[in-house]
Amino acid sequence: MSGIGGISTLADHKRRRIEELTARTSEAGGVSLIRDAGRRLLRNPTAMVGAIIILLFLIIAIFAPLVAPHDPVQRFPELTKDLTVDSIPGATAGHPLGSDPLGRDFASRMIYGARQTLFVGVLATFIGLLFGVVLGAIAGAVGGWLDVLIMRLTDVMLALPSLLLAITLVALASRSTQWTVIIAVAVVNVPIFARLLRGSMLAQRESDHVLAARALGVRRRDIVLRHMLPNSLTAVIVQATLTFAVAILDAAALSFLGLGDPDINRAEWGLMLGVDGVRYFEVRPELAYLPALAIIFVALGFTLLGESMREALDPKNRR
Amino acid sequence: MRASRMQAKRLRTVITAGVIAALTIGAAGCADSDRDSGGDEGKAATGGTFIFAGAGDPKNFDPIFNDDGESFRPIRQMYDTLIEHKPGTAELQGGLAESWSNDPTGKIWTFKLRQGVKFHDGSALDAAAVCANFDRWYNMKGDAAQSQMIYYADVFGGFAGSPDAVYDNCKAQDPATAVVTMKKYKGAFPGAFALTAFSIASPTAMKQYDADKVTQNGDSFAYSAFATEHPTGTGAFTYGGWNKATGEITLNKNPDYFGEKAKVDKLIIKVIKDENTRKQELRAGTVQAIDFPAPADRKALAGEGYKVLDRPAFNILYLGLNQKNPKLKDLRVRQAIAYAINRAQLVQTKGPGGATVADQFMPNTVLGYAPDVQKYDYNLEKAKQLLSEAGATGLTLNFYYPTEVSRPYMPNPQEIFTVLANDLQAAGIKVNGVPRPWNGGFKDDVQQFGKQDLHILGWTGDYNDPGNFVGTFFGREKAEFGDQAMTEMFTAIGKADATVDQAAKKTAWEQVNRDLAAKWLPAVPLWHAPPALVTTKNVEGLVPSPLTNEEFNTVTLTK
Amino acid sequence: MVRVILRRLIQLVVTLIALTTLVFFWLRSLPGGPVDALLGERATPQTRELLTRALGYDQPIWTQYGRFVKNVVTGNFGNSIRTGEPVMDVISRSFPATIELAVAAIIIAIGLGIPLGYIAARYRGRMLDNATIIVTLIGISIPIFFLGYLLKDLLTQNIHIFPPSGRITTGMDNTDVTGFFVLDGLLTREFDATADALWHLVLPAITLATIPLAIIIRITRASVLDVLDEDYIRTADAKGLRNTTIRKRHVLRNALLPVVTTIGLQTGALLAGAVLTEKVYNWGGLGTLITDSISGGRDYPVLQALILLAAVVFIVVNLLVDLSYAVIDPRVRVQ
Repeated sequence: MSGIGGISTLADHKRRRIEELTARTSEAGGVSLIRDAGRRLLRNPTAMVGAIIILLFLIIAIFAPLVAPHDPVQRFPELTKDLTVDSIPGATAGHPLGSDPLGRDFASRMIYGARQTLFVGVLATFIGLLFGVVLGAIAGAVGGWLDVLIMRLTDVMLALPSLLLAITLVALASRSTQWTVIIAVAVVNVPIFARLLRGSMLAQRESDHVLAARALGVRRRDIVLRHMLPNSLTAVIVQATLTFAVAILDAAALSFLGLGDPDINRAEWGLMLGVDGVRYFEVRPELAYLPALAIIFVALGFTLLGESMREALDPKNRR
Repeated sequence: MRASRMQAKRLRTVITAGVIAALTIGAAGCADSDRDSGGDEGKAATGGTFIFAGAGDPKNFDPIFNDDGESFRPIRQMYDTLIEHKPGTAELQGGLAESWSNDPTGKIWTFKLRQGVKFHDGSALDAAAVCANFDRWYNMKGDAAQSQMIYYADVFGGFAGSPDAVYDNCKAQDPATAVVTMKKYKGAFPGAFALTAFSIASPTAMKQYDADKVTQNGDSFAYSAFATEHPTGTGAFTYGGWNKATGEITLNKNPDYFGEKAKVDKLIIKVIKDENTRKQELRAGTVQAIDFPAPADRKALAGEGYKVLDRPAFNILYLGLNQKNPKLKDLRVRQAIAYAINRAQLVQTKGPGGATVADQFMPNTVLGYAPDVQKYDYNLEKAKQLLSEAGATGLTLNFYYPTEVSRPYMPNPQEIFTVLANDLQAAGIKVNGVPRPWNGGFKDDVQQFGKQDLHILGWTGDYNDPGNFVGTFFGREKAEFGDQAMTEMFTAIGKADATVDQAAKKTAWEQVNRDLAAKWLPAVPLWHAPPALVTTKNVEGLVPSPLTNEEFNTVTLTK
Repeated sequence: MVRVILRRLIQLVVTLIALTTLVFFWLRSLPGGPVDALLGERATPQTRELLTRALGYDQPIWTQYGRFVKNVVTGNFGNSIRTGEPVMDVISRSFPATIELAVAAIIIAIGLGIPLGYIAARYRGRMLDNATIIVTLIGISIPIFFLGYLLKDLLTQNIHIFPPSGRITTGMDNTDVTGFFVLDGLLTREFDATADALWHLVLPAITLATIPLAIIIRITRASVLDVLDEDYIRTADAKGLRNTTIRKRHVLRNALLPVVTTIGLQTGALLAGAVLTEKVYNWGGLGTLITDSISGGRDYPVLQALILLAAVVFIVVNLLVDLSYAVIDPRVRVQ
């Protein structure tokens, strides 16, 4: 880190958190730590609660067509029959949660919502991770002016609050689609992953097994790909878990601001909450409560697991 | 290294805190209250303050430079037009002119002005003042100013020097008689004289505050002191100020108003953009009336004892069909689309309270409405049959719909699109939805470039004239409908619009409406949706206008 | 030293020129644009043409760019499309509203966060601690706009305690001196206005405070736990110092250092939260301005100015920090 040229306060804050995480997860390095951490995780009730929530969420998302009673975009005559703009039918036979504002089966939309939410969250996290890891790896492995340039760039991006950066990106794209939302949320995470990976790789450069490999004459590319990258990934996975929660919250916030996915056919919890939930809150509050609860639970699940993993990997706790 | 970074961080914190402190302290010092000293304000048995929640910021207060309802709302309270609409209707009655007449050619309009009317600055309203306004509009200089006179360009065709200009001259025959001469007849008159944009302003004040000065600045315009600080009309209220930090426009009772003097002493128009918040403020009692309640809230509010006032529907929502697509050039395909849409269900499930299915492009209160047009009742079989006859099975259409917008005729475009797309898909038409932000490409793509196959759009009428509805949409070739081949339609509409005799005019327009439905079908009319107002129980005398032209001088607040 | 300043100044100018150019060309490449935003449904093709001419969009792009640069250099960002007033007026009016809200939120977050975090740490592992942790986790996981909505619905609609929106009661006729309504009321002795403004602040401030509060609680708790583990506390304990003395003199003081840093560093996150909070409560600050100038109708002049101003503030603050740092720390000067 260059002494001069720290960027803004927030960037520093985020950077410090990233560095802490890097330090904790890569200092000790090695397989034993991970195995150790795994054992500790299994004994940790917090981690288990998180894991169970996530597992449940994944099962619903993957098997949505089997779990859901109906097609999420189909309008049902028995629901539209009594539907008006100021009254939305509640539970009836075959529709346990009643109708949504367009006469579609709300229960099915909630269930398929898991799938769409997973899709947005995973893609946003993964794209952020991919670009971040590539940038971070280049910075860490190549070094020199490229390192300086990449770190400058991440500094700038870290300085902007994530939601504001996402809003700016959607505005610059002039219109929002599901992809602008995903990319906006993803871009916010690129610098975090880049910093994380770079830090972790730098820490390893001086570690015993890398020094040993270098002494044995292993090519630089192989050292990076076979030794350094895999070892850095633990930290990245922990961060990805935490990022997922932020991603679905940011997507919901964008929907609320009117800058989210414009296709209301898509059953995604953030969209359901930010658009219909808020608009029809007084007509049928469940339209807001259920997606909100779903988001809170899933975000909580990922946060719990992510934080437990971080703690478990912390060498300080190995006593 | 670590320690020094820590220091830097702490330093940053200190600087941030310092900047905030400096801002706060620097702003302090001596300050005086400039609050009105009248202590008993708002407590008087009569009078009081009427607070009305509008939905958006006005642009400025010079009538001619505006074209949106939120600007017109305060303007209407401060100014009058030559001809007015009878409260609660789209019918005409005398305004600043007690009566008006036209010669048989429809080119010469004579206005008999009301006597003794004074502008807020004390100058008299006479024929010379009226003509000064007409001449001002016609002779307006500069692209900047002209480009903001949207209603003028539309109704009067153009400015001095333009071959399309309709206006010729205005003469003050005597102080009480103004004679306006046009170069040709236009169906828009006399209705257009009642447009708020053509309100009569004080020539003295306009001169004093440089009203014509509109300057381009960056990507927008700066207006004169007349438009921003000294709007001067003859209206029931005078300008009291616009507090932009709180979004409050204050208007005061004009004690010298020539008509029914305002019952309240003060009128505040409060800008609250979010419909949900408007409703909540109404419940909290901090505003006494709100415009455009969310359709979903009407029933609840009525149940709680608030007065939901429906404006008679004077608008239209339609589904545009773009004939640039060769498949849509085939009338059978367009008819198939009309049959495929379950409009009754659309109105029932998504229409705001009081909405009705539209079978033509104007509400039934407008001259020339034809009760016997061809109706396209929902008929899926017929739609499929027509499609296969036309060889258009497996049709895929790009359906453009706007986002980031809510219009009285289209409270929630995304939902409307979803319902329509669903219906079309049931008929075997594949719909490819293309959402575009209202100001970020929708209007451009649809009206300028005609990129769509289908789109939803609508219109709120300005005055009671079929030309203002049908003429606007289909009177000339438009990229929106890709209808350059429909010369028959343009001619018929042009003829109807040019007919001076009222009975003949009515017949001509009725035939246009019949042909539009049966022969031309350039779009499918969907619904007429009355926008509502909601007031607290103690608000009396607010008359909802189909043109959203409410005047607040008749409003009283009972205990 | 002089060289550092010079280099940074050059850097500043270069960045600004690049950014200005980028913003200019980018915004012009977007569909719709100011012409669309300025015209309603009623515009005829002729008016559209007039407007294009009036705004100079028919001129060569370089002429337009030159005029834009000239304006920006003189601090003129044009007029807002929505309200027609100069952009700088719009921005400077929105600024105090957001600061007022943010300060109130920070006061709540600190006032509650530090004691709660400390208590949680003192009762580590017990019910109270666990409850605090769960609440903070939910605080981080809940979409704050929804929390704001719930609070608003419950406390302004079901139980009429607080006003639902805005910064002051309509018709209060408060005198605007600094734009900080609470402060203005005190300065002009319109104490009813101050009370009213404070009353309007409560719910938005609580909503905005949620996330910083959760973070401050967690950091206080963690850092108090760290300190309690330190040798010198154990030593003090062993020496038989009274508990309260230990707490006051050692634990709190040492534990608060990282907390104070965190608080200072929450500014950016607060601004992001303000965008959502202000929308929920119709609070006329920068957050509302940002959303309004995008989704409320593409107010390009405002958008342009906001982007450039953010960049300038960002670069200048960093320059100042680095320079003052160089003055204070001799080691940097040597570098």
